[in-house]
Amino acid sequence: MSAPSFDGVKVGDLLPTLQLPPVDRTMLALFAGASGDHNPIHIDTDFARRAGMPDVFAHGMLGMAWIARLITAWTSQSTLRRLDVRFLGITHLADAMQCGGRVVEKLEQDGERCVRIEVQSANQFGQTKIVGEALVALS
Amino acid sequence: MIDRKWIGHELPPSILAIERSRLQLFAKATGETRQEYLDVAAAQAAGYGDIPAPPTFLMAAELDSGASTQLLADLQIPLAKLLHGEQSFIYHRPVCAGDTVTVRSKIGEIYDKKNGALEFVVKTSRAVNQHEELVAELRSVLVCRHE
Repeated sequence: MSAPSFDGVKVGDLLPTLQLPPVDRTMLALFAGASGDHNPIHIDTDFARRAGMPDVFAHGMLGMAWIARLITAWTSQSTLRRLDVRFLGITHLADAMQCGGRVVEKLEQDGERCVRIEVQSANQFGQTKIVGEALVALS
Repeated sequence: MIDRKWIGHELPPSILAIERSRLQLFAKATGETRQEYLDVAAAQAAGYGDIPAPPTFLMAAELDSGASTQLLADLQIPLAKLLHGEQSFIYHRPVCAGDTVTVRSKIGEIYDKKNGALEFVVKTSRAVNQHEELVAELRSVLVCRHE
């Protein structure tokens, strides 16, 4: 896939979706180590149950890392100017997340031609877990 | 109730040396398989000085240093009640393996919703590299659920 260009991108264009495998405990253990977030609620079932949760669940930042992958698979990370997300719901074990994005605006900012992209992720049941926006500069 | 006296509180700086092996582990943990995130030669071919830190990686600075844990202790937010509400990044310069990043954070607003059942803490951060160049600005909204 060739890199998107400002002139070649239209409002309404969809980014290629990113399909993730179902969340499992190995993924959460690896992300705890890699991210530095060792909160036991993501890796220790006993702790999670004492906290009133049915089981461990995914780090919000793992979901955001996947959103970032959606963008950097489409255009080089060096073009990313801004990434904002809101976490709407907990991503549970066995949730298979799909990340998607849509170009919503073409604009100029700080002398650069940019596109604004709405991003979101949802599980296989259509439950949205993350919504947000990215701003990328395209030449 | 989170004491509002923490509004304006500045966290101690957190210094993170960006290491290739850590970035490779981060790639594995997030399912990233593209070579520029794993291999130095591929990263350089893609225009980076070394393997780039992915867009959300800088959160590690305050997690590794213990500043995040200390903040939760100061605010008396138990880990079991903590949720992440929002997260933003503004990017100014690439960060790659070999760089050393310093993150300095400050507590902005603290507010509640649903008659105090949910409390929100806003933290803003600036990340600079070893040349004191601004690389990124971060904004986090932490949520403490009492319900």
